[in-house]
Amino acid sequence: MILAVDPVPWARAQMAFTLGVHIIVVPLGVSWAFMILVAEWRANKHGDEDARLLARRWSKVLAVTFAVGAVTGTVLSFEFGLLWPRFMGRFGDAFGIPFAIEGLFFFIEAIFLAIYIYGWDRLSPRAHWWSGVPIVVSGIGGTAAVISANAWMNQPAGFKLNAAGKVVQVDALKVIFNRAFPYEAAHMLVAAYLVGGFLIASVYAVAMLRGRRDRYHRLGFLIPFTIAAIAAPLQMVVGDLVARAVFRDDPAKFAAIELVVKTGTNVPETLGGYLDADGKMHAGITIPGAASLLSGYSTGTKIQGLDAFKANNRPTYAQANTVHLAWDVMIGIGSALALLAVWFGVTWWRKRDLPKSRWFLRAASVAGIASVVALEAGWIVTEVGRQPWIVRGYLRVPQGATTDEGVWVTFLVVVAVYAAVGVTTVLVLRSMARRWRAGEDTSGPYGPRPAGIVK
Amino acid sequence: MSSADVVAVVLFGAITIYAVFGGADFGAGFWDLFAGGAERGRRPRALIEHAIGPVWEANHVWLIFILVILWTAFAQSFASIMLTLFVPLSIAALGIVGRGAAFAFRKVVPDLAEQRIFGAAFALSSVVVPYCFGAVVGAVVSGRVPKGGQAGDSWSSWINGSSIVGGLLAVAVCAYLAAVFLASDAHRLGEEDLVGYFRRRAVGAAVVAGVLALAGYFVLEEDAVHLHRQLTDRALPLVFASAACGVVALTLLLRNQVRPARVFAAGAVATVVCGWGVAQWPYLLPTSLTIEAGAAPSGTLVALIVITAVAVAVIVPSLVLLYVLDQRNALTLTEPAGTGEAQTRMPSTRTGN
Ligand code: HDD
Ligand code: HEM
Ligand code: HEM
Repeated sequence: MILAVDPVPWARAQMAFTLGVHIIVVPLGVSWAFMILVAEWRANKHGDEDARLLARRWSKVLAVTFAVGAVTGTVLSFEFGLLWPRFMGRFGDAFGIPFAIEGLFFFIEAIFLAIYIYGWDRLSPRAHWWSGVPIVVSGIGGTAAVISANAWMNQPAGFKLNAAGKVVQVDALKVIFNRAFPYEAAHMLVAAYLVGGFLIASVYAVAMLRGRRDRYHRLGFLIPFTIAAIAAPLQMVVGDLVARAVFRDDPAKFAAIELVVKTGTNVPETLGGYLDADGKMHAGITIPGAASLLSGYSTGTKIQGLDAFKANNRPTYAQANTVHLAWDVMIGIGSALALLAVWFGVTWWRKRDLPKSRWFLRAASVAGIASVVALEAGWIVTEVGRQPWIVRGYLRVPQGATTDEGVWVTFLVVVAVYAAVGVTTVLVLRSMARRWRAGEDTSGPYGPRPAGIVK
Repeated sequence: MSSADVVAVVLFGAITIYAVFGGADFGAGFWDLFAGGAERGRRPRALIEHAIGPVWEANHVWLIFILVILWTAFAQSFASIMLTLFVPLSIAALGIVGRGAAFAFRKVVPDLAEQRIFGAAFALSSVVVPYCFGAVVGAVVSGRVPKGGQAGDSWSSWINGSSIVGGLLAVAVCAYLAAVFLASDAHRLGEEDLVGYFRRRAVGAAVVAGVLALAGYFVLEEDAVHLHRQLTDRALPLVFASAACGVVALTLLLRNQVRPARVFAAGAVATVVCGWGVAQWPYLLPTSLTIEAGAAPSGTLVALIVITAVAVAVIVPSLVLLYVLDQRNALTLTEPAGTGEAQTRMPSTRTGN
C-alpha cells in the first residue's frame, strides 16, 4: 500500500473518534421524541398552539440529527469489520447478537419517524401522536441493545471456547443479559435523557438571555429542562451504583478510576493528580479514606491497586491517568448539573417559576455542552479503563485489529468527512432557526413536500 | 434445512429486498447526477426528491441488517470479506455518509449554490456505493476471498473481470429500477411528461443492464466457475424467470403501462439476486467454505431466527403502513406549502426560535 504503518493505533483512534461523534447525536435520537410527544400532548389536550409549533419544529430538527445519527452509525457497523475483523471473526457469534436486536429497534424507529414527520396535518391528531410512541420505545430498546454489546465486552458471558479458542457454544440470553448490562444500560438511558434535555433547553436559555422571553421560548425551555432536572439527580444515584458494580466486577478498571497503585484499606479518594512513569502520584487533592468508604461503606474496605495485576493485564499508568481525568470530569460535571437541577426544583416548588437570576439562565446555557462533555468522559472511563482488552480477559486489542496497513488513510479521510458533516449540520440547523425567526416555514429533510414542487 | 441454511436464506432475503428498494434509491441518485443543469434538471430532481424522501431511511436499514446477520452468523467469513475488501468497503461506507448527509442537507439549505454542492455529493455517491457493492459481490463469487478470517489480495480482489462487471451491473440495475419506479411515481402524480422522461431512461437502462448481464455470463464462465455452472443448472429457472420478468416489464414500459411495469421490474431484479444465492449454495465463500462449515454455533443461529421472526411480525406491517401511506398520497401535501405552520401560528407575538 501507499505507506505501511502499524494499523492498531490508527484503528483505535478511528474507532474512538467515530464513536465519540456518533454518541453526540444519540441522546437526541433517544430522548427528543419523548419531549416532542409531551409538547404535542399539551397541544392536543389544552389546545396549546405554542406547544404544537414546538413539537412541529422539533420534529423537523430531529429529522436532521437522526439522519446524521444514521449515517455515522452505519459507518460504525462497517468499522467493526474494517477495523476489528479478527475480533469479529472470533467473537461475532456472541457479540453480534445484541446488534441484531438493535437493528430491529432502529428499523421501527426509522419507519415511525418517517410516518410521524410526514404525518403532520395528514393524520388525525390522535393517530399522529400515537405514531410517535414507537419512536420513543424503540429509542430506549435500541440503546439498551447496543449497550448490551458494549457491556458484553466488559463482562463477556454466554459462550464456550474450544481448545483452539473458537466459540463453539452460545447462550444468547446470557450474552444479552451479561453482568454489566443492567447498570450500563440504566446509566446510559438516564444519560440520554439528561443530555438531550440540557442540550435542547440550552438553546432556549440562550434565546431567553437575548431577550426572547415569550411563552413559546419559555415552554421550549421548560419541557426539556424539567426532564433533565429529573434525570440529573437520578444519575448521581445510578452512577454511584455503577461505580460500586465496577469495583466488584472489574477491579483493574476501578483501580484506574481511583488512581490506586498499591492494594490496601483506608484508600484515599484523589481529586485530580496523575501518576508518573514509576507509578508515583503527583498533584491532586486527597480525601483520606474516602475511596474505601464510597466503594464498601467502610474505610476498612480493601481496594486492589494497579500493582495487583500483571502489567500487561491492566491499563498502563498513562491510560490510568486518562481514565482518572475523565472520571473527575464526569463526576464534576454530574454534580454541578445535579445542583443546577436542585436550584430549579426548589424554586419551582416554591414559586412555580424559573429562578429569576440571570445566572440561572447562564448556567442552563452551558449545561447542554457540559452534559455532552460528561457523556464523552464517561465513555472514556469505560473504554480506556478496559485496556488492554477488547474482550476483557479473552482478547487483547491488537489481536482483534485489522492487518491492513492503510488504516491511517481512512482515519484521515474519516476525520475530514466528519468535520465537513459536523460543520454543515451546525450551519444547517442555524439556518433553519434563522428562517423560523424570520417567520418563514422550512421543510426538514423528511419534511412534507409542498404540492406542485414538481411543476 | 439446517438452522444455518435458514439464516442464509434470511440473509439472502435481506439482500434481495435491499437490492430492490435500496437499489431504487441509489438509482434515483444516478438519474439525479445525469439530470443536467440546475434549470433543466429541476423537475426530474424534484420528483426524485419526492420519491425517496419518506422511505430512504427505512430502506437503508436493510444494509445494517445484512451486516449484522453476516457478522453474527458467519463471523469468520465476515472477517475475511472485510479484511480482503477493505478498500471498496471503506469507500462504500464513506459514500453512504456523503449520500445520507447530503440528501438530508440539500433540502434544508436555502441557497441554490449550496444545494448544488450537496446535490452533486448525493448523486455521485449514489453511483459509487452500488459500484463498490457490486464489485464486492464479484470478488466473493469468483472465490477471491479466502476463508478463515484471512486477507486476500487487497487490490486484485476487487479489480478484476467479475468485480468490474458486478459493479457496472449493480449501477445499471439500480438505474433501471429507479427509472421504472420514478416513471410510475410521475404517473401517480399526474406529471405525464416526466412519465415519458423516465420511461425512455428505463428502457435505455434495461438494454444496458441486459448487455452487461450477457457480458457477465462470459466473464463468469472463466472467472467464477462454480457460480456459472449452477446458474445454468440449478438456478436456471430463476434466470429464466428474471429474463421473462424483464421482457414483460419492457413491453409494459413501451406500451406506457408504467404501474404494472414496476412489479415486473422489481421481480426481474429479485429473481436474479435469488438466482445468485441458489447458484452459490451450498457455499458461503465459493468454493472454499460451505454455509454449514462457516456458521455460528446453534445458540446464535436460533437467536437470529427468533429475532428475524419477531422482525417479520413487527417490521413488515410497519413498513407496509409506511409504503401505503406514502403511495396513497396520505403523506403528501395537499394544501400549499407552509400552511401547516401558519395555522398553528398564535396571535401572541413570536420572534421565532
Ligand atoms: C451525562 C452523563 C453522565 C453523568 C452526569 C455521569 N455519568 Fe457515569 N457514565 C456516563 C455518563 C454520565 C456514560 C453514559 O458515558 C457511561 C459510559 C458507559 C456507560 O455505561 O455509561 C458512564 C460510565 C461510568 C462508569 C464506568 C462504567 C463501566 O465501565 O462499566 C462509572 C463507574 C460511572 N459512569 C459512574 C458515574 C458516577 C458515580 C456519576 C455521578 C456522580 C456519573 N457516572 C455521572
Ligand atoms: C455500544 C457502544 C460501544 C462499543 C460496542 C464500542 C466498541 C469499541 C471497540 C471495539 C473499541 C476498540 C478496542 C479497544 O480499544 O478497546 C473501542 C475503543 C474505544 N472506544 Fe468504544 N465502543 C462503544 C462506545 C463508545 C463511545 C460512545 C465512545 C465515546 C467516546 C467510545 C470511546 C472509545 C475510545 C476512546 C476507544 C479507544 C480506547 C483505547 O484504545 O485506548 N466508545 N470501542
Ligand atoms: C453508546 C452506544 C450507542 C448508542 C446509545 C446508540 C444509539 C443510537 C441511536 C439512538 C440511533 C438512532 C439515530 C439517532 O437518533 O441519531 C443510532 C443509530 C445507529 N447506530 Fe448507534 N448507538 C451507539 C453506538 C453504536 C455502535 C457501536 C454502533 C455500531 C454498530 C451503532 C450503530 C448504529 C446504526 C447502524 C445506526 C443507524 C440506524 C438507522 O439507520 O436508523 N451505534 N444509534
